[in-house]
Amino acid sequence: MQVTLKISRFNPEKDKKPHYETYKVEADPTDRVLDLLEYIKWHHDGTLSFRRSCAHGICGSDAMRINGRNYLACKVLVKDLHSNKITVEPILGLRVIKDMIVDMEPFFEHYRSVLPYFVNNDPPPATERLQSPEQRERFDDTTKCILCAACTTSCPSFWASDSYIGPAAIVAAHRFIYDSRDQAATERLNILNDQFGVFRCHTIFNCTEACPREIQITRAIGEVKKAIATGRLD
Amino acid sequence: MKTHQNEVIVVGAGGAGLMAALYASRSANTAVLSKLYPTRSHTGTAQGGVGAALGNMEEDHPEWHTYDTVKGSDYLGDQDAIEFMCSEAVQAVYELEHMGLPFSRTPEGKIAQRPFGGHTNNVTGKPVPRACYAADRTGHMILQTLYQQCIKNKVQFYDEFHVLDLIVVNGAAAGVVAVELATGELHTFHAKAVIFATGGHGRIWEITSNAYAYSGDGVAVTLRRGIPAEDMEFFQFHPTGIYRLGILITEGVRGEGGILLNDKGERFMTKYAPTVKDLASRDVVSRAMYMEMREGRGIGGKRYLYLDVTPETVNKYAAMDGRHRPDGSPIHLTGEEILSKLPDIVDFCRTYLGVDPVTQPMPIQPTAHYAMGGIPTNKLGEVVIDEQNTVMPGFFAAGEVACVSVHGANRLGTNSLLDLITFGKHAGLRAAEFSKGAAFQPLPSDAADFARQQLDGLLNNQGTENVADISHEMKAVMFDQVGVFRSDEGMLQALKTIRELKERFKHARVEDQGKVFNTNLLNTWELGNMLDLAEVTTFCALARHESRGGHAREDFPKRDDVNWLKHTLAWTVDGEIKLSYKPVTITKYQPKERVY
Repeated sequence: MQVTLKISRFNPEKDKKPHYETYKVEADPTDRVLDLLEYIKWHHDGTLSFRRSCAHGICGSDAMRINGRNYLACKVLVKDLHSNKITVEPILGLRVIKDMIVDMEPFFEHYRSVLPYFVNNDPPPATERLQSPEQRERFDDTTKCILCAACTTSCPSFWASDSYIGPAAIVAAHRFIYDSRDQAATERLNILNDQFGVFRCHTIFNCTEACPREIQITRAIGEVKKAIATGRLD
Repeated sequence: MKTHQNEVIVVGAGGAGLMAALYASRSANTAVLSKLYPTRSHTGTAQGGVGAALGNMEEDHPEWHTYDTVKGSDYLGDQDAIEFMCSEAVQAVYELEHMGLPFSRTPEGKIAQRPFGGHTNNVTGKPVPRACYAADRTGHMILQTLYQQCIKNKVQFYDEFHVLDLIVVNGAAAGVVAVELATGELHTFHAKAVIFATGGHGRIWEITSNAYAYSGDGVAVTLRRGIPAEDMEFFQFHPTGIYRLGILITEGVRGEGGILLNDKGERFMTKYAPTVKDLASRDVVSRAMYMEMREGRGIGGKRYLYLDVTPETVNKYAAMDGRHRPDGSPIHLTGEEILSKLPDIVDFCRTYLGVDPVTQPMPIQPTAHYAMGGIPTNKLGEVVIDEQNTVMPGFFAAGEVACVSVHGANRLGTNSLLDLITFGKHAGLRAAEFSKGAAFQPLPSDAADFARQQLDGLLNNQGTENVADISHEMKAVMFDQVGVFRSDEGMLQALKTIRELKERFKHARVEDQGKVFNTNLLNTWELGNMLDLAEVTTFCALARHESRGGHAREDFPKRDDVNWLKHTLAWTVDGEIKLSYKPVTITKYQPKERVY
């Protein structure tokens, strides 16, 4: 089938602002959108720039806005879009550096702010710290996050203010807050109780829809809100 | 040009690089350079588990793990290094747990373990659950946990800095040259010790499980600096890649009872590995699959087979084999358990194939997966540069880019993650220790010239050759002729093709002449690395007149311990490849016939 891609282009060494360019390519319905971008890069325009690495939805490099919704370009097939017109734009809310490449630093800054690491100050035992399968299951969902930023950059609250810590950072905090072995839940909940913390979330669910790992992000945020409000971890 | 100075520079931010950085940074000023964001590293795609004889499910011992690894390596692994790795494994896994790694758990709350290919109870010969896992995203959890610990310990990162060259002064490593992707500027990183943890080069084959980033930068850079590469003919083809895409389907699927089936619905592995069947080591299974397909028993006569993990099939064959749960009850796997133990596999198949593994078999084919060969090191991570294992001062390597050699001619599943954490840690410790007793070598005034010449050469050659065409032809000939089965005739053809492609590459066209995120330029530079490694791989494979592990020759079908129980070393000298050999370290286990 023939597919028409309308791609947002911005070259900081030439352009004052982004514009669209259109490319027609032959595609199989089972091609990944990433495959089409690769094809365009190596057969139409070598300057087209985007990040990618694993190409199967694990490394989190290639989050982009495709037909108005955030996806990983490697995890959405042409047939999934139900259209032979595909619009590709960079994710929103982060500075565009070149074409699909945005400045990820503010995103990682929010991530680093929630103590996104295991804290347990007791001397470790000789073997593993025990954890029941049920305790392990309690935070399983939020361990899946690949830090692709699809959630945070789909969130209207983040678009409104990039000081908002954003769903990905809350997911990272949730992963530790609900880990029975961790000891820094109180500090993380205090951080998230900030004016740019968890209560900026207005339960719009864009993040949950955008997550390529199918993490129930809005639910995780709700649990964190409740923990702050009640002072208890259920 | 900017110059930075650190006592230790780590290149690559996957499992080995981050582990090295964590340990080096405890006592030395350390920085990590990666061409990606650290969490994009390929370690994150590892699925099934990390091997360690914890004995949480049933009896197991590091000695059994050692023997299995020696046998898995087809006796080409160095036994002192293997014994070191397997005995370190238990503490290494506990250490990851203490860092917070969310392993799956047994009912008693211990780290859960599953069987994997080639890991056995040395008394009964039956598979033993040795792979410590976090669902089917063990590598993801290792990468995330180590990155988190690096943040906690304030390790310094230079993200999206692509290393192009190693600076060598007076025969010692003195730093690296890297291009900052965001600006296109070259930076010099002056160091007392450099650790390469840059990963593998599976992208030189058409069907591969490897990331785009796996372009063999580390080995290509060191070959250009006169450092040899070891055992490059040994590359692992994982039996179960998704048909045509190559995306990995973990061996953990077979660990959970999944069965390989041919077009007639036969469980063909009983013919090739009567004792452990579907859980034979990877080289054995990939060859068996090729033989089935060659004899017309691919599905519909095509070049793929089925991997079936539907509860009906799993339970049927478990009963036939007399396998049971750790508590002795019969295995009765449900669709729900498959989903909870293998969620990503289910997701990949649904996304890319429209196949649901809970109810349907998965179409799979062998996929280029792992480099056993690489930069020669000893078990401390020190790079050794000749037949006598002479140490190169200040230079270290760990992870897939290195060849210790613990994997020999064939790596066992779960031993790559173990390799990363063990040798990453020791390379980091040793590099920090070295830096304390060493002075900075004086930097040459032209430190960045060689890197700059390479990039300028690509930018300014007014070329007409399409990079994607060269890349495609390389991958195709490597997959057809230097793949699971090899022959003199096919490999000579491959070598000729690769050399023609290298000529054409001199006229490769780089359209993007800009500075900012010039991925067009850097991906083209990566192709140059891949062509170099394709040539070396083929050259080493042609020379080795035997079949051993992942190197299977139609014209020399037997292992030949009299002539070939030795490691290959390859140098590039004035554009020519020169080979030499060094002995394998054998301690407890004399080579014998390898039967599964």
